[in-house]
Amino acid sequence: MLEIRNLSIDFGKGSARVQAVKGINLTIATGETLALVGESGSGKSVTGLALTRLLPEPPAVYSGGEILFDGQDVLKMGAADLRRLRGGKIAYVFQEPSTSLNPVFTIRNQIAEALELHRPEVEDIDAEVVRCLDMVGIVDPAKRLHDYPHQLSGGMQQRVMIAMALACRPQLLVADEPTTALDVTVQAQILDQLRLLKGQVRMGMLLITHNFGIIGGIADRVAVMFRGNIVEEGPTQSVLRDPQHPYTKALIECIPKLGQRRRRLTTIDHSILG
Amino acid sequence: MFAYLVRRLLFFVPIIFGVMLLTFVLFFVVQSPNATARRVLGQRATPKAIENWLHNRGYDKPLLINQTPGEPWHDSLFLNQMQRLATFDLGASDVTGRPLAEIFREGALPSLLLTVPAFFASLVMSIGLSLYLVFIRNKAVDLAASLLCVMLMSVPVMVYVIFGQFVVAQVLNYFPAFGFQLKGISTVKFLVLPVCLMVVSGLGSEVRLFRALFLEEMGQDYIRTARAKGASTAVVLLRHVLKNGMINLITLLVASLPFLIMGSLLLENFFGIPGLGNVLFSAIQAPDFAVVQASVFLGSLLYLGGLLLTDICYAWADPRIRLQ
Repeated sequence: MLEIRNLSIDFGKGSARVQAVKGINLTIATGETLALVGESGSGKSVTGLALTRLLPEPPAVYSGGEILFDGQDVLKMGAADLRRLRGGKIAYVFQEPSTSLNPVFTIRNQIAEALELHRPEVEDIDAEVVRCLDMVGIVDPAKRLHDYPHQLSGGMQQRVMIAMALACRPQLLVADEPTTALDVTVQAQILDQLRLLKGQVRMGMLLITHNFGIIGGIADRVAVMFRGNIVEEGPTQSVLRDPQHPYTKALIECIPKLGQRRRRLTTIDHSILG
Repeated sequence: MFAYLVRRLLFFVPIIFGVMLLTFVLFFVVQSPNATARRVLGQRATPKAIENWLHNRGYDKPLLINQTPGEPWHDSLFLNQMQRLATFDLGASDVTGRPLAEIFREGALPSLLLTVPAFFASLVMSIGLSLYLVFIRNKAVDLAASLLCVMLMSVPVMVYVIFGQFVVAQVLNYFPAFGFQLKGISTVKFLVLPVCLMVVSGLGSEVRLFRALFLEEMGQDYIRTARAKGASTAVVLLRHVLKNGMINLITLLVASLPFLIMGSLLLENFFGIPGLGNVLFSAIQAPDFAVVQASVFLGSLLYLGGLLLTDICYAWADPRIRLQ
């Protein structure tokens, strides 16, 4: 379904130009979940946003490669096709739900906006919004329709973001650090919800995270990103059990485990990574 | 909400009292009533005429507090005037004796005819232009527009007035350079030039300000969400950016409402429009304290009302704000 070939993304121009993504290759099959793991600045979010060309250009420059979605190159699409792709076929859930929802519109109107853009055939919009909210586990959704984002808790806000993303039945959901801004119990609930939804609707997912600890039960495959390169890729269980690259090893060792005595976090010698 | 309104309205009282006291001090302590009478009546006025003039207007009373034994302490010039104003009795002109309510009613229409079209024209133009600049995201156009805005801002209003009166009115003879006649549709020809000048002189700073405001909104996370939903740039700007930007715009706009009614001091004076700005201007020159005092009273009431309206509009535009 999705195939990224040799994708490079730069920021800035002239001598200030930095390469954020350095010729990476990735594939996601229909209904498959790929976890993209890496530290801050490794290029994982940039890759996620690039899938529908959401990066502001300039400063971003797509300097090479192609992003094939159902055989079509996203980087060569016109504005109208891109708008149909965004939200309609590839939908997003972002890190910070409290700022990602528009503060001055009700959640009903924000989800309705997505429906009006991609599913104009829906006649009873209120009923469909209620159905979407119900699907992501919001209790008594009809009563929540006319709430504003600030009236909801962080976990609820993120559920609304997920409902909004799923409203248009996308083929691929890009979840960019969906639980990072939430506390641990809510984090578990949101991950359970994503896992549940993945079973219900046949939808691929790109789960972007810095935390190896959350991908175990949810991702089929994992790709590890470091300084704009993919340094390791494989089935989740085998990478978790037997990481090959020193960076992956270090990341996995940094997951705190219950019952373990406090100790120094593992660091890596950057010189050996080149 | 109701309690909030009452509390805010009660705050009006001390503020207005302070403003009036300051105006009073500026006029009467700096220049005694006697001197005022002399300026109005001329150097050759008899002492009797001056005394009469002062007595008729109550200006022979003690200034702030009456300390004469046997007379009530509040029987003073300032406090009597405040009592009168508290009942919204504006009094009469010191010079002509005409009731001020009448003078203000007459002046309001020409003022509003000048300021209201100018207000809406500049609002539509500056919001439209700044949204357009944000929309095209073109470095060269942006730079050119910024340069033009700074140029518009840097030129003093006087230059626009002189240029307009000389080139458009005198040389091209499109519109009259001066004067005003309230006579149906032909009134428009007197207003076109001052309205245009008012719009042009304010446009530069407004476009720059609004553009900065909208650009800041463009960087917000929820704008990225809207784009990720597949919304077009036009929808993003007109729906998401404008609604959020409105919250900041409201402060600027509502606070300028009193100035619409009080008129433009400068333009009315230069174009001979008999509006409230002109009324105040000639009252300061006369000097006609009654007119100045009533203008300041109405002006500060309108200004405070505008601030209150700002708060109410905030609560209306931003669901996160509750008045309490």
